[in-house]
Amino acid sequence: MNQEGADKSRRRFLTAATSVVGGVGAAFLAVPFIAYWRPSARAQAAGAPVEVDISGLEPGQLINVKWRGNPVWLFRRSEEQLEELDTIEDVLRDPDSSQPQQPEYAQNQYRSIKPEIMVLVGICTHLGCSPLYRPEEKPEGIDDKWVGGFFCPCHGSYFDLAGRVYQGVPAPLNLEVPPYYFIDDSTVLVGEDEEGAA
Amino acid sequence: MSETRTSGGLVGWIDDRFPMTKMWREHVSEYYAPKNFNFWYYFGSLALLTLVIQVVTGIFLTMNYVPSDARAFQSVEYIMRDVQWGWLIRYIHTTGASAFFIVVYLHMFRALLYGSHQKPRELLWLFGCLIFLALMAEAFMGYMLPWGQMSYWGAQVIISLFGTIPYIGPDLAQWIRGDFVVSEITLNRFFALHVVAVPLVIIFLVVAHILALHEVGSNNPDGVDIKKNKDENGVPKDGIPFHPYYTVKDLVGVGVYFILFSVIVFYLPEFFGMFIEAPNFEKANPQVTPDHIAPVWYFAAFYAMLRGVPDAFGGVVVMGTAVLILFVLPWLDRGKVRSIRYRGLSYKVALTLFALSFVLLTYLGTQPPTTVYTMLARLGTVVYFGFFVFLFIYTAFGLEKTKPVPERVTS
Repeated sequence: MNQEGADKSRRRFLTAATSVVGGVGAAFLAVPFIAYWRPSARAQAAGAPVEVDISGLEPGQLINVKWRGNPVWLFRRSEEQLEELDTIEDVLRDPDSSQPQQPEYAQNQYRSIKPEIMVLVGICTHLGCSPLYRPEEKPEGIDDKWVGGFFCPCHGSYFDLAGRVYQGVPAPLNLEVPPYYFIDDSTVLVGEDEEGAA
Repeated sequence: MSETRTSGGLVGWIDDRFPMTKMWREHVSEYYAPKNFNFWYYFGSLALLTLVIQVVTGIFLTMNYVPSDARAFQSVEYIMRDVQWGWLIRYIHTTGASAFFIVVYLHMFRALLYGSHQKPRELLWLFGCLIFLALMAEAFMGYMLPWGQMSYWGAQVIISLFGTIPYIGPDLAQWIRGDFVVSEITLNRFFALHVVAVPLVIIFLVVAHILALHEVGSNNPDGVDIKKNKDENGVPKDGIPFHPYYTVKDLVGVGVYFILFSVIVFYLPEFFGMFIEAPNFEKANPQVTPDHIAPVWYFAAFYAMLRGVPDAFGGVVVMGTAVLILFVLPWLDRGKVRSIRYRGLSYKVALTLFALSFVLLTYLGTQPPTTVYTMLARLGTVVYFGFFVFLFIYTAFGLEKTKPVPERVTS
């Protein structure tokens, strides 16, 4: 490059200014390309959280909603059923929910935010069938103590009313608790934690 | 230009307009490589050959593959059953993927044997590491395309690794998937990356790798710098032109390679469930997890390290570091001598243990994790990283007792 008679500081300023302006332009241009990879409107609609009205939910009753293609159950447990959860811990695989099958706020005795309201993804952790709701009568062929729960007809796995898996069945893990929170006393939003992130 | 002009006619006409003869001389007929290359020096050219095989077969597969949730699995079956010779093209591509890693791992091991990562070949080594990284991305995304059970769940597991990064993890994983679960959206972008973006990056890096090699010159099994001894014409006395000497030598390697390659393609295309895993013969089903999710063998060593660490994010860090630590190897190894022939005994022992730990980890990564296997994986991980720690201490503090290096290469 010809240096003769050049105003070097002016040249340096122009070079730097051009670089900065170009760099800012490139950064702005990068935004659409990066955002292009975020979930599309269709994907967001399909995966959006589901609002469920539970005001009419009687003890023992179960509502089945669909969230991200999977069935999600919401049901109300009675005082008696909650007390009985303690009595079968010795026949469960993971009674304390130590496996990461639930959000932190549901990692408690009842695997729920409010003890009486249970929210579960209704997909067996064995091979993905949807288990059947058996709140009272014991399904055939089970020798363990039964205090109500879920029975998977595909390969015979069974779970209690907190979705905890029994020992000696094919399913390795407790049923999954999805992220959810209470918008108010009678409305649950399934698919989102209270602070927002799903 | 004019000084390279050798003939009139078409070649001369081109040479006046494009450095064809000049490039041929610089990189082939007058590129002087050390005359003592041995068996280990086949793998560079074989890696390049494998890249060509993958690009060509890949282009043909693209002609019949459909990247959609409903049709991806079916279109691969279509290629296998109905497309004329489709089975052959696909089996060459699947075998080529595994062959690529075999060749590249041996090529990298060669560098460790003869100190090819040391000064002045640091940048050459770095380009190589970047190729390795790009190759892993390429293989991972390619494995997803058949949309079988292992494709789906392997992708699920690997992408969820990004989700373990604190704060940004969940959003990052979602950004990679483009959806809340691995879906057709993920499949489509992986297809674009696998057939366009990453191959372009790899080809660019391979060119840079070769240019860097030809700038500094090839290392050799003695680790002797042949440029120190030149004749009156400026040609290294221990150097021979790449063509015809090494082109012909490499052709022998190519012959043997094609024989082994063909045996696998024609007789053992699934290679005992290691090149194509059994669950991948079943279509992807997001609601059914296979009993045992194992990565393909070439990722298994890193996967074993990941599983050996009890903490999820800790495991990701260990696995990532295991790959990234290769990048700083030229600065960890402060050895005065390149070749293992003249290095201290401890280096030989350490390199052997390092190689064994990698093989052990590869085996463990394909097996279900039992208590014993997990302990072994931890041991292997310690040995793997121990090699790098040892190498730095051993060479930086002058503990290595080397043998005298000869002036010229030995025959």
